[in-house]
Amino acid sequence: MTEPVLATHGLTKRFGAVTACEGVSLDLRPGEIHAVIGPNGAGKSTLIGQICGGIAPDNGTVSFLGRDVTGLSTAARARMGMGRTFQISALAMEDTVLQNAVLGAVGARGGAFSLFRRALADSDLRQRATAALERVGLADHAATRTAELSHGQRRQLEVAVALTLAPRAFVMDEPMAGMGSEGSKRMTAFLDELRAEAPILLVEHDMDAVFALADRLSVLVYGRVIASGTVEEIRADARVRAAYLGESA
Amino acid sequence: MKREMLINAALMAGLLVVPLWAWAVDEPFTITLATRVAILALAAVGLNIALGIGGLVSLGHAAFFGIGGYAMGILASHAQTYDPIMQWPLLVEGTKVMPVIWIVAVLAAALAALVIGALSLRTSGVYFIMITLAFGQMLYFFAISWPAYGGEDGLSIYVRNDFPLLNTLDPIQFFAICFALLALALWFSARLAASPFGLALNAARQTPQRVEAVGLSPFRLRLAAFVLSGAITGLAGALFADLNRFVSPVMFSWQTSGEIIVFIILGGVGRLYGPVAGAALFITLEHFLGEVSDYWHIFLGLLLLAVVLFARGGVIGTLAGRKVAHD
Ligand SMILES: Nc1ncnc2c1ncn2[C@@H]1O[C@H](COP(=O)(O)OP(=O)(O)O)[C@@H](O)[C@H]1O
Ligand SMILES: [Mg+2]
Repeated sequence: MTEPVLATHGLTKRFGAVTACEGVSLDLRPGEIHAVIGPNGAGKSTLIGQICGGIAPDNGTVSFLGRDVTGLSTAARARMGMGRTFQISALAMEDTVLQNAVLGAVGARGGAFSLFRRALADSDLRQRATAALERVGLADHAATRTAELSHGQRRQLEVAVALTLAPRAFVMDEPMAGMGSEGSKRMTAFLDELRAEAPILLVEHDMDAVFALADRLSVLVYGRVIASGTVEEIRADARVRAAYLGESA
Repeated sequence: MKREMLINAALMAGLLVVPLWAWAVDEPFTITLATRVAILALAAVGLNIALGIGGLVSLGHAAFFGIGGYAMGILASHAQTYDPIMQWPLLVEGTKVMPVIWIVAVLAAALAALVIGALSLRTSGVYFIMITLAFGQMLYFFAISWPAYGGEDGLSIYVRNDFPLLNTLDPIQFFAICFALLALALWFSARLAASPFGLALNAARQTPQRVEAVGLSPFRLRLAAFVLSGAITGLAGALFADLNRFVSPVMFSWQTSGEIIVFIILGGVGRLYGPVAGAALFITLEHFLGEVSDYWHIFLGLLLLAVVLFARGGVIGTLAGRKVAHD
């Protein structure tokens, strides 16, 4: 078996009386999409926050590229190659689409301590940004203010910014949330190919997308992983059907 | 964008023409008013880097303004009494040379901004405002209780400091120095805003999580911005002291910090030339309304209220329309 790129070991996080994550251990291997599903409030975003930094676990560790990163900042993890997209788009709304993508390229370069050169006149930064926008189909909107994008386009831009980092692993929190079925389909096709570049830990509500994409699935309920396996195994799992998929069979 | 550039150019032209006209008709007081505008605008250009781009509402920039002022006061007072500032471990003497005074003022203000920023940037929002205010007040009370340099009464300098090849006692020549420094600072902030650093700082104001997720530290970006910001305001402080040939703890007061913010709000938050428009409007109002009524601050308050409620882009925003994301 190949070494996992990313792994969590017994992550536990409590918010007062609420246990958002309890002993969550899962891993992400090269070339795969590992989907995490679960009802609202199951602790999926809390899990991602602990993986990417920003939420410190009460217990457990996160390892990335063979290194324990539990004590590292979000920025340090990103510099190692963790490419994150947010459930609620975190973009600079006043800036143009291109500027948002260039921000990713500035991060990929490792620092923003160039005070004099114009960012948008820097051909390196610009090329990297434009290439990412082209891949998600936003190149024509480069000069548009981000606030004027449709919801679906913002989701695409989220992915484009992560692409500029050329990450070693993607961690995506509901990239298809709120997209129309057409947009969802295109994003599904895109992620399908993206996994060859870097594996994807995918939190998603859209079941069609999850079943179409996932190599492996983990089901989170009340902060615990109640089942983990291939799509077929999960579909057949009685506990999962009771707890989450609903009794339709 | 085009339109905003025209307005900016007109503003600078106006700030140049008024004192030149005053010089031609021999009205030195008007030249002094224009010099005040240039210097106070410079102080606000400094704050605008932190506030306009970085979203850091510092109510403590008087600290840097005052440090710049006292840098000038201390250096010049030692120079005029031929009494060295210290003799051991190395001899440090006062100076009346402006460029040297400016370098000391800028470095001292930058160092103070590094310390104050490192401590206060751990907080945000109202806490940040309160902590920066507290640091400003600390320096204010320190200056009051420091008898070596005049305490509450402040320090007077007999003659204005020197600049190579110029006669600084001639109001128009001193104005030229201040105007040139203002233009330089504006050029610097324009470059800064368009640089990768400016892009990231501007993004950190809007969405810090995103900035972290691309591997940059919002804290470091803000700290660097705060230091640059404090340094420029410090330079303005040194010029202001030289204009008045006088420094006092008032430069450190929270009212001073408030006025610098007012210039930015009046001119338009996040507008590069907002500080120039704001300072010009403020000094003009102070001059004309001040003659009419001692309570002119009430009018200023009403005007501020109107800007905040109805014209959020301030003078520049009202004239130039919505801010265009620069390409
Ligand atoms: N910062 C927080 N403070 C208190 N409770 C929180 C916080 N974040 C999440 N929770 C709680 O933890 C649980 C898991 O939330 P979350 O991770 O957002 O779930 P999901 O993303 O699966 O919908 C929920 O009960 C939520 O109310
Ligand atoms: Mg969530």
